Amino acid sequence: MQLITCPWCGPREETEFRYGGQADLAYPADPSALDDEQWARFVFFRDNPEGAFAERWCHDAGCRRWLRAVRDTRTYVFAETRPYGRTA
Amino acid sequence: MTRVDGYGRIDRTRTLSFTFDGIVRTAHPGDTLASALLAQGVTTLGTSVRLGRPRGVLGSWTEDPCGLVQIEEPFPEPMLLATTVDVVDGLVARGVPGRGRLAEVADTARYDHRHLHCDVLVVGAGPAGLVAAREAARAGQDVVLVDDRPTPGGTLTGTEMIDGRPALEFVDAVAAELAAAPHVTHLQATTAFGHYDDGFVLALERCGEGSDPRQRVHRIRAGRVVVAAGAFERPIVFEDADRPGVMLASAARDLLHRHGVLAGRVVVVFTVDDSAYAAALDLHRAGAAVRVVDARAEAPAGWARRCADAGIVVEPGTDVRGTLGDDRVRAALVGEARREVPCDLLLVSGGWNPTAHLFSHVGGRLAFDDELVGFRPAGDLPGTAVVGAAHGTYALADVLREGAAATGSATDAPHAEPEEITPRGTLWRTPGDPARQFVDIARDATVADIARAVGAGMTSVEHVKRYTTIGTAHDQGKTSGILASGITAELLGRPVGALGTTTFRPPYTPVPFAALAGRDRGDLYDPVRTTPVHDRHVALGAEFEDVGQWKRARHYPRPGEDMAAAVLRECAAVRGAVGMMDGSTLGKIDVRGPDAGVLLDHLYTNLMSTLKVGRVRYGVMCGNDGMVFDDGTVLRLAEDRFLVTTTTGNAAHVLDWMEEWVQTEWPDLRVRLTSVTEQWSILAVAGPRSRDVIGRVFADVDVSNEAFGFMTWQDTELDGVPVRLARISFSGELAVEVTVASWYAADLWDRLLAAGEPWGITPYGTETMHVLRAEKGYPIIGQDTDGTVTPHDLGMAWAVSKKKTDFVGKRSFARPLNADPQRKHLVSLLPTDAATMLPEGSQIVDLPDDGLLPPPPVAMLGHVTSSYRSAELGRPFALALVRGGRDRVGEVVAVPVGDQLVAVEIGDTVLVDPEGARRDG
Ligand SMILES: [Zn+2]
Repeated sequence: MQLITCPWCGPREETEFRYGGQADLAYPADPSALDDEQWARFVFFRDNPEGAFAERWCHDAGCRRWLRAVRDTRTYVFAETRPYGRTA
Repeated sequence: MTRVDGYGRIDRTRTLSFTFDGIVRTAHPGDTLASALLAQGVTTLGTSVRLGRPRGVLGSWTEDPCGLVQIEEPFPEPMLLATTVDVVDGLVARGVPGRGRLAEVADTARYDHRHLHCDVLVVGAGPAGLVAAREAARAGQDVVLVDDRPTPGGTLTGTEMIDGRPALEFVDAVAAELAAAPHVTHLQATTAFGHYDDGFVLALERCGEGSDPRQRVHRIRAGRVVVAAGAFERPIVFEDADRPGVMLASAARDLLHRHGVLAGRVVVVFTVDDSAYAAALDLHRAGAAVRVVDARAEAPAGWARRCADAGIVVEPGTDVRGTLGDDRVRAALVGEARREVPCDLLLVSGGWNPTAHLFSHVGGRLAFDDELVGFRPAGDLPGTAVVGAAHGTYALADVLREGAAATGSATDAPHAEPEEITPRGTLWRTPGDPARQFVDIARDATVADIARAVGAGMTSVEHVKRYTTIGTAHDQGKTSGILASGITAELLGRPVGALGTTTFRPPYTPVPFAALAGRDRGDLYDPVRTTPVHDRHVALGAEFEDVGQWKRARHYPRPGEDMAAAVLRECAAVRGAVGMMDGSTLGKIDVRGPDAGVLLDHLYTNLMSTLKVGRVRYGVMCGNDGMVFDDGTVLRLAEDRFLVTTTTGNAAHVLDWMEEWVQTEWPDLRVRLTSVTEQWSILAVAGPRSRDVIGRVFADVDVSNEAFGFMTWQDTELDGVPVRLARISFSGELAVEVTVASWYAADLWDRLLAAGEPWGITPYGTETMHVLRAEKGYPIIGQDTDGTVTPHDLGMAWAVSKKKTDFVGKRSFARPLNADPQRKHLVSLLPTDAATMLPEGSQIVDLPDDGLLPPPPVAMLGHVTSSYRSAELGRPFALALVRGGRDRVGEVVAVPVGDQLVAVEIGDTVLVDPEGARRDG
């Protein structure tokens, strides 16, 4: 069981967290301006890189705050975690 | 008796009594079941699983593949190793042929979990682990030391010297130092069975029979893990080597020094490794006649000299090809000539396998070491060190140095004399009949089985393992796994290092489910949530149903009533007079802040920001895919404050969903979300006489339709306690939901019940609520929907705003598929026989002309989502999702029920009071 460092609570067990998929997928400013394929890509399509991946996690059983993580999909090792929406 | 004086760490002053295979026997504290039986000459414990061959013990600890027993007393446990069962007074056990039986009565013992956090976890209290723990403790670190045997010392027999004194004195001194050190937790009889990410290790502590708890799982989070788990000796494969009386050399030595048991009087030692000579000399000293057969061309000079001094014959350059005997070995067959050498104990040593499981669990790679003739850890893992025999280091002086270096400095290592090391031989098996050469004694799997696997084209040890079942028994191949790799490599003509080993996975040794469950069983398996009115439901004889973790009153049967009768009565009471339901489990979310309305407009399909204070609106939430995922009512409490209700089972999910948007997408919205589900209780008073009941309890409130309209709320008080009344109906009847702080809910329940007595107020449960809502065509999200259903499919286009430029799900409604007239719509079904109850989940098909179900494939039109008997309609009815259903109202289709096709008429969803006249009373 991994430790994930919550930016607010510190290192906590992974079972306290909920995975939230790929990070930085902004809700489109005007969904009606998208064609069906563009909309479907936003709703359903996600990257699946081998290596560093920016993800959303929520510290569900702790502070309940969302965080942005960069994790290596080969090793599961977290390179960084930070409050969601902040770049530093 | 084979017990020898002057040996062993058992308490001979005390005698225990136990029963094995129906015979009462004695033992001493410190005995295992295996040592006690061997002490009394019992060498055959059971039979093998497939062939029924006699089975004794090969090892003396968890590596043993064959000494399986069934424990009957003190509590039935199947398939334990006799070598690991501590004898307690009154123990009852019997040998089993590889299969046991589970207890048929509940285990009354307690099992527990404990969390430990430390700087360093040391696994194994042999010489390497003890020194590693000592050095870490001396450096002031938080240390946890676990070891699976009852006492520390590992494989030290007491004949070794450390720092100039007998090894076991050294062990006692270190144990005492650790006991006196602060921040050290030292646990014996505790097996680290799994190693996971970031220094997380699970360990099972056997606290002893009769202890509370009986066993305890330690969840250890360590900054560093030092694996000092030792090594297991491995046998050599030859014909009939599965016969009782064939034993690992180390096991015989362990039995002698630990339990004072001399496992044989006339001993042949067959080896390719120096370590077996120590066993030969020890057994000789204890009174056995010993002979050594060394398959290497030359015997190691020093050991050979010591043997000669002791009068032990050493035969180098030959091997053992087979055994003779009935149940127990009577002779070894030596050399190509198969010369009979009488013996009652045949010891074997094919070398050692480092116990690197805990290194492998976290992805550590093992590589074959030709000099070691074994797989050992290769490369480094961050946070994990492997030392001593587990690392393939066997000489005591080196073991001590590695242990010290792991947590301190090698220069602080205790001293031991260097040992003579001669090259090990590589010998997996000797020539013979492959069908009688057992590789995995636990599985009755032979060299012939491996040859068949290889002949079938398998070249991976993982495939060979699964084909032959070698290494899949309780011991997970601790002695047989590497042998299988070696023999497979030989058959394939490839180096064993290129072939590798099978993967080690947790658990290292079997772990009882009871221990894993700990206290999380029975009532504590999952939290049970009850409402503040729960006691009242119990007193009224309610039957309960589980809704998520909640216990909800399902119906309140009177004496002699079944559920159907109770529900019909409760439904009739609500539609005819008045009923009351505990709706406290509804999810409640307080949404507060200047932008609360903006958030709700984003998340609901309809407009919430236009809702006036004092009013209530029903709303539907969809995902980005446009599919309904929850519904409920929204009360506007103030300009900047809403109370959102959710379905009971979805409350947490809806709060999570709202939080996710607020935190990740619209962090600039000034809004805060708070779960208030448990703070507020809701009692729904429903039925044409509900106004009378509410008016009687709340005399100050004008409950007329003009003053208190449908979908409005108002606050009032009852004896100074704030109460909220809301005209919300989930039954179609005139109804008031009464909300009060949960502390007062039971009292309010009593008062409403008393006030309603003149009208026969009837408590009703969730089953009745379901029938009443279904009669009105109100869907239950998650029952009538399944994540593929849009608001339009439910006939709720009215709940989808056309004014809002956007809301979650809106864009998906514009997909062409959403306009497909053949989408499934929610409709009602009335069986034309007015009698059949359609099972929920039933498929719906076209009604064939002949009324018979055609052979498959039959086109499916949809399925029944809800089905009940209706008191109001006087017949069963159902809700269903049907292809193009709204355009087929009035048509008759069919539902297969058992082997019958039941004709059903498609109808509008609202079967009772389609005009909606009843809601205002
Ligand atoms: Zn946190």
